Amino acid sequence: MTNGHDTHSHIVPIKVYLLVYVALLVLLVATVGAAYLPGHHTLLNNVIALTIAVIKAVLVILYFMHVRYSTRLTWLWASAGFFWLLIMFILTLGDYFTRHWVPVLGWE
Amino acid sequence: MSVAVAKHGEVKHNYLNAGDTVLSWLLTTDHKRIAVLYLVSVTLFFAVGGLLALLIRLELLTPQGDLMTSENYNRVFTMHGVVMIFLFLIPAIPAVLGNFLVPLMVGARDLAFPRLNLASWYVYMAGGLIATWAMVNGGVDTGWTFYPPYSSSYSTSQVTLTIIGAFLIGFSSIFTGINFIVTIHKMRAPGLTWFRLPLFIWAHYATSVIIVLGTPVVAITLLLVAVERVFRLGIFDPALGGDPILFQHLFWFYSHPAVYIMILPAMGVISEVVACFSRKRVFGYHFVAFSSVAIAVIGFLVWGHHMFTTGQSVYAGMVFSLLSFLVAVPSAVKVFNWTATMYKGHIEFRAPMLYVMGFLGLFVIGGLTGLFLASLATDIHLQDTYFVVAHFHYIMVGGTIFGYLAGLHFWWPKMTGRMYPEGIAKLAALIIFAGFNLTFLPQFVLGYLGMPRRYHWYPEEWQMLHVMSSAGAALLGIGYILPVFYLLWSLRNGALAGPNPWGATGLEWKTDSPPITHNFEETPIVTEEPYAYENHHQQEEVASGTGASTAEA
Amino acid sequence: MVQEQAQQKLSIQFEDIAQQNESYIVGMWTFLVTEIMFFGGLFATYLVYRVANQEVFWEAHRHLSIPLGFFNTCVLLTSSLTMALTVHYSQRGLRKQQLLWLLVTMALACTFLVVKGFEYHHKFVEGLIPGANFRFEPAEHMRVAQLFFSLYFAMTGLHALHVIIGVLVMTILAVLIAIKHPSVQDFIPIELTGLYWHFVDIVWIFLFPLLYLIPR
Ligand code: HEM
Ligand SMILES: [Cu+2]
Repeated sequence: MTNGHDTHSHIVPIKVYLLVYVALLVLLVATVGAAYLPGHHTLLNNVIALTIAVIKAVLVILYFMHVRYSTRLTWLWASAGFFWLLIMFILTLGDYFTRHWVPVLGWE
Repeated sequence: MSVAVAKHGEVKHNYLNAGDTVLSWLLTTDHKRIAVLYLVSVTLFFAVGGLLALLIRLELLTPQGDLMTSENYNRVFTMHGVVMIFLFLIPAIPAVLGNFLVPLMVGARDLAFPRLNLASWYVYMAGGLIATWAMVNGGVDTGWTFYPPYSSSYSTSQVTLTIIGAFLIGFSSIFTGINFIVTIHKMRAPGLTWFRLPLFIWAHYATSVIIVLGTPVVAITLLLVAVERVFRLGIFDPALGGDPILFQHLFWFYSHPAVYIMILPAMGVISEVVACFSRKRVFGYHFVAFSSVAIAVIGFLVWGHHMFTTGQSVYAGMVFSLLSFLVAVPSAVKVFNWTATMYKGHIEFRAPMLYVMGFLGLFVIGGLTGLFLASLATDIHLQDTYFVVAHFHYIMVGGTIFGYLAGLHFWWPKMTGRMYPEGIAKLAALIIFAGFNLTFLPQFVLGYLGMPRRYHWYPEEWQMLHVMSSAGAALLGIGYILPVFYLLWSLRNGALAGPNPWGATGLEWKTDSPPITHNFEETPIVTEEPYAYENHHQQEEVASGTGASTAEA
Repeated sequence: MVQEQAQQKLSIQFEDIAQQNESYIVGMWTFLVTEIMFFGGLFATYLVYRVANQEVFWEAHRHLSIPLGFFNTCVLLTSSLTMALTVHYSQRGLRKQQLLWLLVTMALACTFLVVKGFEYHHKFVEGLIPGANFRFEPAEHMRVAQLFFSLYFAMTGLHALHVIIGVLVMTILAVLIAIKHPSVQDFIPIELTGLYWHFVDIVWIFLFPLLYLIPR
């Protein structure tokens, strides 16, 4: 049943929390900075912004939400949500991105 | 354990006599009592949905629309769909049988979160009552699929209220899903490893995963439609810059997996019953277990097959078609394994077993016709015809409801402590089987000939088929009413069941019927494989012979 | 009834405290998964429309205030830190510090809401509330700009609703901790609230760049 070791009494030291917090703030500044990069790099900008957001989210999940110190089961559920989100995004956007590959007569 | 005591008519403690005030029921946190609350509620809603179905079939007796106006016909089939899907099929097996059996089968005293469980029933009732209120105050006419822009901009019916109802019902099933997941993960009895779990539990685990991952998406989507409707925004309305196809993506992201929410629990029931009445271990246990999980995952990858003709990209259509064929594989694995389980088994033709055999045949037809529909080219002809209607009724009525009835009969002795009357139960099963096929087989033909769904006028030459279908529906109705009477009758007059009238394996049979409030006198310890019928059935038959033979009388 | 931490109350359905705690944590995570999917539907909607209307969304997003958004992001990130500290002290059984950091978290959450309120008010003054009074220049982009603001309000509104629920829950917890109620003797209620709160923070981590920082 339970796999024995009681992970949740694991107390994360305050120093770790502070480090994560600083990292989050730095990443926040980086996102805003990236948005002001000169020139038109729509795709690049989007990729940078989302990558940074993902890193921030992962930091929060691993440390603030203690997943790093939790059981495999918690890992499993935490990742399941994001995995299914990806399924939804990829298959939905897949439709929109490929719609114009075949011209439909009378459309447009 | 307690057979002898019960036989002498002494009152034993059990969950049913643990309190008899109304409040003791309304405030209970006992999963078994909540299951009973759900049993009563889903039965009532099934009756409502059934009456609406009867109206549909009456209208379709004649080619003219003479019983009601087109507007009212739209309302009737919409409300039939909404009630049957959201208020009956989705909760039926998980919330009634699952609620009752999951803790028993894993050897726990209750679900992990008993109060959440009770809350789920209240939320369900709130949603159900709001939906009912919407029905009597003008009804809904969008179809159960709520497609915008009709639902958001044009319909004058009670769309918003119904959506709120559906939203709440969704959350009630999320609560149940969370409870099952945690219970199955964390509360299994000592020795009950994953591969000793009954397949019913695997099926409910997979169902819960789908519920938890899918339901929120439809909840937010319907909420957006409601917001769009109330505030006149343009989230999905093309006239205001939106895209209705996006709604369909999000809706079917949930609603295709939702068909597996409806069928997977039934598959769990089938595994239990088929093993018990074939007196054999389920053939290929691991395959059946993993196929449930596979269905839960792959089921999320195929939703676009509902959108082949809507302007979805051809390439997306191809991918979705391919994946739809893939999802049929795990379902087929199950059917093969059940059939192989029966092969050379000592088959007992009890009422639950009759339903199982009905299930097998009907599910195969329903699944195979799903493949016709999942083929891009054929679907262009068949989309939105009666062929689709027949396809999903073969699965949802022939599959889910047959599974539900099989389970209800199979565990009735456990739930009530009494046997149902076998003879009339078998008769009802046969009537339901005959009525079902008479109702829905003609609909395949109608659809193939081009009869569109959701219309009440049709050309004269199709009347014969429609009359057959309506006649079948009447028969089906009789078949469904019978169990209500004989099951109620059995509550007082049925033979006493004893703990294990079927000589079945599984922890739920190791405790009293009906079980005590916290299920087991002491936490059971599991030392053997599931469905160990071949090793054990002789001893067990001796142990429970008394119960079984009274049942026969 | 002032007792050591270990004297947690065990509910009848569980065998031991470890099982009970782990069940609550897994249950909370399962619930958060439903929340992820709930917001996920909105994000998917937003992504599809953003991809289709990059230009107009860029134009529309210039009506949002990056400084305010930036400030609010800092506020929420900080509140996540203070929430983590609350959990830390509750695990160590230090009631005073726990209460203090919980109150700080609540104050930050309220700050967030106030700033959000100013932003909403500003949109109202500018006529950017979707509906009959919606105004946007150039007029030919009005439909799509309205779509952007519909999504903006739907997403930030749903997020704000979650913040409000968080504040309510924290208020209840704070009162219970203040009166030394036995139900908050162990860290599980705080830990669960913390998980929820960090989730709300994560949603904003994505909302901020997606809504406020649209590249040209
Ligand atoms: C073998 C796997 C299955 C396949 C390949 C399949 C395929 C399909 C396809 C392609 C459609 C769309 C038809 C159209 O609108 O043109 C459809 C509709 C439908 N299917 Fe299935 N299906 C399968 C299993 C199921 C199951 C297990 C259920 C229910 C328990 C189910 C319930 C439905 C329902 C309710 C609809 C109609 C939805 C509506 O438009 O109202 N299907 N199916
Ligand atoms: Cu489907």
